[in-house]
Amino acid sequence: MASIVHDRDNTLERPGQRAPLVTGGHDLHGVTEVVCRVAESRTAPAAWYLTMGVSAALLAALGAMIGYLFFEGVGVWGLNNPVGWGFDITNFVFWVGIGHAGTLISAILYLFRQKWRTGINRFAEAMTIFAVMCAGLFPGIHIGRVWLAFYLFPLPNQMAMWPNFRSPLLWDVFAVGTYFTVSLLFWYMGLIPDLATLRDRAKSKLSAFLYGLFSMGWTGSARHWHRYERAYLILAALSTPLVLSVHSVVSFDFATSVLPGWHTTIFPPYFVAGAIFSGFAMVVMLAIPCRALFGLKDLITLRHLDNMNKVILATGLMVGYAYTTEFFVAWYSGSAWELFAFKARAMGPWWWSYWIMFSCNVFVPQIFWFRWARTNIPVMLVVSMLVNVGMWFERFVIIVTSLSTDFLPSAWDTYWPTWVEAWTMAGSFGLFFFMFGLFCKFLPMVAISEVKAVLPHDAHAPAAGGHGH
Amino acid sequence: MSASTVTKKSAATAGPATAPHSLVAEFASADALVRACEQVRNAGYTRWDAHSPYPVHGIDRAIGIRATRLPVLIFLCGATGTTIGILLQWWTNAVNAGVEFPWVPTFLQGYNFIISGKPYWSFPANIPVIFELTILLSAFGAFFGMLALNGLPQHYNPLLRVDRFRRVTDDRFFISIAMDDPKYGSATRRLLEGAGAAAVEVADDVKESAPPRWFLRAHVILACFLLIPLAVIAYMRVDKQTQPRIHIVQDMDNQERYTAGKQMANPVFADGRSARPKVAGTLAREDFTQDPHYFQGRIGDQWAVGIPMYHPELQKLAGGAAEVNEQLMRRGRDRYAIFCSHCHGLDGAGVGRVATYTTEREIGFVPPKSYVDPDVLVRPVGHLFNTITNGIRTMAPHGDQIPVADRWAIVAYVKALQRAQTATLEDVPTDERSRMTQPK
Repeated sequence: MASIVHDRDNTLERPGQRAPLVTGGHDLHGVTEVVCRVAESRTAPAAWYLTMGVSAALLAALGAMIGYLFFEGVGVWGLNNPVGWGFDITNFVFWVGIGHAGTLISAILYLFRQKWRTGINRFAEAMTIFAVMCAGLFPGIHIGRVWLAFYLFPLPNQMAMWPNFRSPLLWDVFAVGTYFTVSLLFWYMGLIPDLATLRDRAKSKLSAFLYGLFSMGWTGSARHWHRYERAYLILAALSTPLVLSVHSVVSFDFATSVLPGWHTTIFPPYFVAGAIFSGFAMVVMLAIPCRALFGLKDLITLRHLDNMNKVILATGLMVGYAYTTEFFVAWYSGSAWELFAFKARAMGPWWWSYWIMFSCNVFVPQIFWFRWARTNIPVMLVVSMLVNVGMWFERFVIIVTSLSTDFLPSAWDTYWPTWVEAWTMAGSFGLFFFMFGLFCKFLPMVAISEVKAVLPHDAHAPAAGGHGH
Repeated sequence: MSASTVTKKSAATAGPATAPHSLVAEFASADALVRACEQVRNAGYTRWDAHSPYPVHGIDRAIGIRATRLPVLIFLCGATGTTIGILLQWWTNAVNAGVEFPWVPTFLQGYNFIISGKPYWSFPANIPVIFELTILLSAFGAFFGMLALNGLPQHYNPLLRVDRFRRVTDDRFFISIAMDDPKYGSATRRLLEGAGAAAVEVADDVKESAPPRWFLRAHVILACFLLIPLAVIAYMRVDKQTQPRIHIVQDMDNQERYTAGKQMANPVFADGRSARPKVAGTLAREDFTQDPHYFQGRIGDQWAVGIPMYHPELQKLAGGAAEVNEQLMRRGRDRYAIFCSHCHGLDGAGVGRVATYTTEREIGFVPPKSYVDPDVLVRPVGHLFNTITNGIRTMAPHGDQIPVADRWAIVAYVKALQRAQTATLEDVPTDERSRMTQPK
């Protein structure tokens, strides 16, 4: 299916000549063809069927695990007193973090006029939405009496019972809820012109109807584009502080408590950097198979991957700096509890998880100082996977080590997940990849109209610029 | 109804009655489109538009599109979000509405939300929710405002009936001029062709367009289904239930347990009984009154003067003997070191670790009296036992920490300490006396 076998190296900047964002000499129609034929093809690569099969099975497992949990209660998990948060909140923070790269690419890079984002923003945004779905799942099912989940929201009720608005857990409800809604609107708005493309090319009645329904009758009118671009720009400007607020609020869940190892002011920036770090690793991890399987190597070029690897390196250094600062402050604060908590992380019963985290997040990305590594597909695939492993362990380390050894030794206890928790976590990956697989097959994986806007067409035109010029 | 199915129908020969609606001109490049737009605008047309697969740079000026008012709309939405965020939190958490606004129905009443002694209205803690609601409503404003100002969704559009026009979302650029434009005339086609149009075509509109019957029916049925949950909720609100509510998940509400009264078998215990026997040493209340010597250190209304060695528990500590012996004394010394020595000191002089520590730091701890204080020296053993059990002055009761027999063992040991510290040479055995009197 893939027409392009070799990667064209467009990673070098030559003075006086811009490296192309799209390789293979595609014109407008070429871009449409490359993206649309994935959705229009009656078949899909064998790897897609395999992925969908495995992830559907995992998704079924997730449903079974949640049903079992609801029926039996949270006792089927390995949580205890004092470790009241385990895999559930670890997975929540992990998935929310994954989502952040999508918003960063679609919003922040847009505001910074990074035109290379057009190749990857669509599926990074899709990744955001599916990741936030996985994230929202965990706090929803971990509350014990799930039929009272509506207590989370300020709904008028005959008990006159309202949520406590001074609690970071309540802030979380608003932050994650807003984040999901805004990401979905942003993503869908970007999809409208591309759905119109699929509508206008549709061969079957069903696809013409569905793509027609969701493209809302888009005709590419200049007046429409004018308002569309303004709305897009403002949504980007709204999403930028939003994405920074979301993981900050998530970190408040920990930082506003008095537990040693949680009670630190470094958490909000450190969590945001970690979120972008893990999110970019996930984008790279997803981009590599997608561009190979669906023939998108001309649109998602080595240059895109190279740029993302640079972001991974930079944010990896930030989290490394945060880990070090945490230790320094634990010592410098003079608080015996704080110092103990950090010693226990690195040398206590969970030392192995701490060192998995540290080596995967700090040592491994250092290989991206070398250009050959940033442009080598197997290397970046391994690094991005390790970064995700490391970032998962970061949340595990923060949550479990701090809870299991707090102030009072008589209250200490250890934690080990049960098979239910393990399968729930695996199931969340099933949910994520199932949704992502559907997206890859049936929706335009690359933002067609945005890529067209950055093509070097009309050589004598004033600027072949992106949106918003 | 999908737009492109309409387009397909128009290609069929026996379509519905149509009338010309607008003129559609195709251009090969964005440049050509922008130049043509300038000409159309200069010719004075007003009801026309340009169409392109991506936003073309400079086309706003070429057409004369004025800046949209969308940002103002978004700002108003955001300001609404801020207001809602402030009012919602203030009303639900920081106002005594039940008292101040008694006319508000219960389900809307807020109250002073007491949590951890925090102030009811602490603005820093309210900022996150205000911020998120501001962003959320602004985003709604941006998305739905864009759609509304653009008149979308508009699933039927005469332009989409033109086959050629389908390439507008691929690689072609178009200008459409509506035929009801005041300037429209025979010159219009020439203008477009002269402006470099690759092709000019008429878009037909269906004369009497109505959505198909099945489409309307589907919507009516869907709307009826959507009303069902609302109807159920409304019914439940007014209906009086006589049955207890349904517990869908039984496990959390009704948990398995062993009931002693039902004499259920219980595999947890070796004897298989769920009704458990008394824990060893459990006392009935009347035991205290039946044996006041052992349990309270009293005989009648006097303090007991002897240690109740007749009691089997105490004999057990003495290794079966019915008198105070060395084994009981060792037990007493052991318990004394654990429970008493930190305040009274190992020798009972009243300068234990706690006393030393608090005196050094001037904490204001009153050290206990020495055991050889004349007051204490004359106290009978029953009084000492009572002091251990119930405490005295600033000394806390230890009855709930030390078993009864151990308390008697401690009493015996305290008596020995008193004896040792008030001892004379006569108390020393005769054969040891000579050793003590010899000069070193």
